Amino acid sequence: MAKKVIPEKTPIPEQAPELRITNFNEVALGYSDDQAVFEASRCLQCKKPVCIAGCPVGIDIPRFVDMVAHGDFKRAVEIIREKNALPAVCGRVCPQESQCELVCVMGKKYQPLAIGRLERFVADFAREQSNGVPLFIPAKKTGKSVAVVGGGPAGLTVAGELARLGHRVTVFEALHKIGGVLVYGIPEFRLPKSILQAEVDKLAELGVEFRTNYVVGRTEMVDELLGRYDAVFIGTGAGLPYFMNVPGENLNGVYSANEFLTRLNLMRAYLFPRWNTPVKVGKRVAVIGGGNTAMDAVRTAKRMGAEHAYLIYRRSRNELPARLEEAHHAEQEGIEFRFLEAPVAVQGDAKGWVTGIELIKMQLGEPDDSGRRRPMPIENSNYVLDVDTVVVAIGQGPNPLIPQTTPGLKIGKHGVIMVDPETGATSKPGVFAGGDVATGGATVILAMGAGKKAAKAIHQYLGGEILL
Amino acid sequence: MHKILSQQTLAPGVKRYEVVAPEIAQRRKAGQFVILRVHEEGERIPITIADANPAKGSITLIVQEVGMTTRLMAEKEAGEFLPDVCGPLGDPTHIENFGHCVCLAGGVGVAEIYPVVQALKTAGNHVTAIIGARSRDLLILENEMRQAASQLIVTTDDGSYGIHGLVIKPLQEMMNRGEKIDRVFCIGPVPMMRAVAELTRPEKIPTIVSLNPVMVDGTGMCGGCRVTIGGKIKFACVDGPDFDAHEVDFDELVRRQQMYRSEEREALERYVKSLEEGRTEKKPCQIAEVAY
Repeated sequence: MAKKVIPEKTPIPEQAPELRITNFNEVALGYSDDQAVFEASRCLQCKKPVCIAGCPVGIDIPRFVDMVAHGDFKRAVEIIREKNALPAVCGRVCPQESQCELVCVMGKKYQPLAIGRLERFVADFAREQSNGVPLFIPAKKTGKSVAVVGGGPAGLTVAGELARLGHRVTVFEALHKIGGVLVYGIPEFRLPKSILQAEVDKLAELGVEFRTNYVVGRTEMVDELLGRYDAVFIGTGAGLPYFMNVPGENLNGVYSANEFLTRLNLMRAYLFPRWNTPVKVGKRVAVIGGGNTAMDAVRTAKRMGAEHAYLIYRRSRNELPARLEEAHHAEQEGIEFRFLEAPVAVQGDAKGWVTGIELIKMQLGEPDDSGRRRPMPIENSNYVLDVDTVVVAIGQGPNPLIPQTTPGLKIGKHGVIMVDPETGATSKPGVFAGGDVATGGATVILAMGAGKKAAKAIHQYLGGEILL
Repeated sequence: MHKILSQQTLAPGVKRYEVVAPEIAQRRKAGQFVILRVHEEGERIPITIADANPAKGSITLIVQEVGMTTRLMAEKEAGEFLPDVCGPLGDPTHIENFGHCVCLAGGVGVAEIYPVVQALKTAGNHVTAIIGARSRDLLILENEMRQAASQLIVTTDDGSYGIHGLVIKPLQEMMNRGEKIDRVFCIGPVPMMRAVAELTRPEKIPTIVSLNPVMVDGTGMCGGCRVTIGGKIKFACVDGPDFDAHEVDFDELVRRQQMYRSEEREALERYVKSLEEGRTEKKPCQIAEVAY
């Protein structure tokens, strides 16, 4: 007898838009136990589940969901943790709509299972209950050591996996806090830093050593690390901001998204002056771009008091790369989307401050080599939008410091470190890489997936058995 | 956590600190800097590494009190800690045997040019150092500079010591006398660096300045320190801080340096007021769990 499908996802309680634009608290408040059990019971427990393959780290979704449906949340935690060391992060920032939930069979006719919300529920349960329950029991010490360069999602995943296998791991991080894009890029209202800290503390409990304020490529070179460690993983991320190269881009009030978000998230400029780093957010803010970074920047600007927070994207709504839920929340919060428009120049006053941005309207032509329809300017459609702040969120590339200071490391187009996609192996023996430094700016979960692959390969390289 | 081994006042508002930082001490080269924070909610600020003692595992930072963060740092005593010190950052100064180098510095810039002078002399250059300050009591590192350079010239704006005039005056006189100068290095306030650039431009004497825009991360990931050099955007923290003085857009640098003027002033006023009202105690130091 076929199980009856409950067509819609169980709604998740959220802060109302008018309230949440005045604070930096999370938008989604999380399921209650009952809501989680109810949602989990929607799962059809397919004989041949397709959702697992949709997850870049291969979480056994039907099994953990089954545990939730039966109220055995503790077991659900264990199942997720078999594959994912940072579930509280993923449950919040993964674009589930293009991964596990995209392929869920219920999604064909109805709404898919709310896998992301369930993962978050389980992870939050774990955090509230844990206190002393270790992440996992590590294997016997192997006597081998690995240097992980970069304390972001890729590096943290590699560190967790290798520590689990008994290797000694040190994570070297350039900034003064661990997390990479999780701490400097993603705002507090999407990923509370206390949650991130709890996940990092769990890794430290397992013996992972963290060295902050340590810039590999300046404080020490990769070749020197190879002398001290048996293998090196490079997960230095997309730490190079792209600028538009239009006139006026250096005016006061023009930020790269990296700087804007770093001041606000890592340095907590929204708590200035108690936190000493300031940021200038005016009343009329234009954010250029359409990805998650742009969405984070524009929603942050709104929370910082912008009366008009514009998102300027050169393609149309259909091509917007941002996570669906973020775009949806942004709309509710009153973000003003301006599609099919692109910047021509930033205008300023005599003192060097931004006063406006000249935009040109676009239309979509034939697909370019990315497969997306190419935006083309419409002649003489220029106009000036009055703004006092501009945030450039058109993409980030790999930080060039390590490529420039590591002889023998083969670098590809746009400065990415070239790797074997299955193992993360670079052209230098003993050196592996993954995440944005190897792909260009992408997502947290893809970085984690790359981290898992690399960890397996590193384990093998160190003489460990081949893992499935 | 980085322990402050010693703290000494060199001039009103200028202090020298010796700070534990073994990896930085080993690695640092002339022209490089650190980014530090003085407390857990503090901002990140760049400070040039004036000297280092690799055997001892310490670096020397010379800091002028200009705002709240440097003021808070000035209140730290030996035995206290800085929570974060990151480095060495920046592209090191390019050193080779150029021949005759003239190094000019004013105010706290003298601390910044000191390692450059040392490195140039070690590389075989004849180094003429010209250091200046507004008045005698604001002059720092005179003895150290005399040791480090081949020849030292001292100026004061008010004539209270050395030559009466700006540091550029002796350089002008050297040029008028037709002395051969192969390279000029200049570190100090922007008007000084700009003036030196204009002086050497017609003679086409290669001139290097060290720029000091506002910085956040210091590793090239945010672009906050971007400057325009020869019409191109460069990041002072990774492409610099040294740049060809004749290519620098100084006007833009000055404008961008002033971006947070009002916040900086507000923060310092607030802090001073809270001290006066007894609401704030000097921030207590934290005992380090990890002592290097």
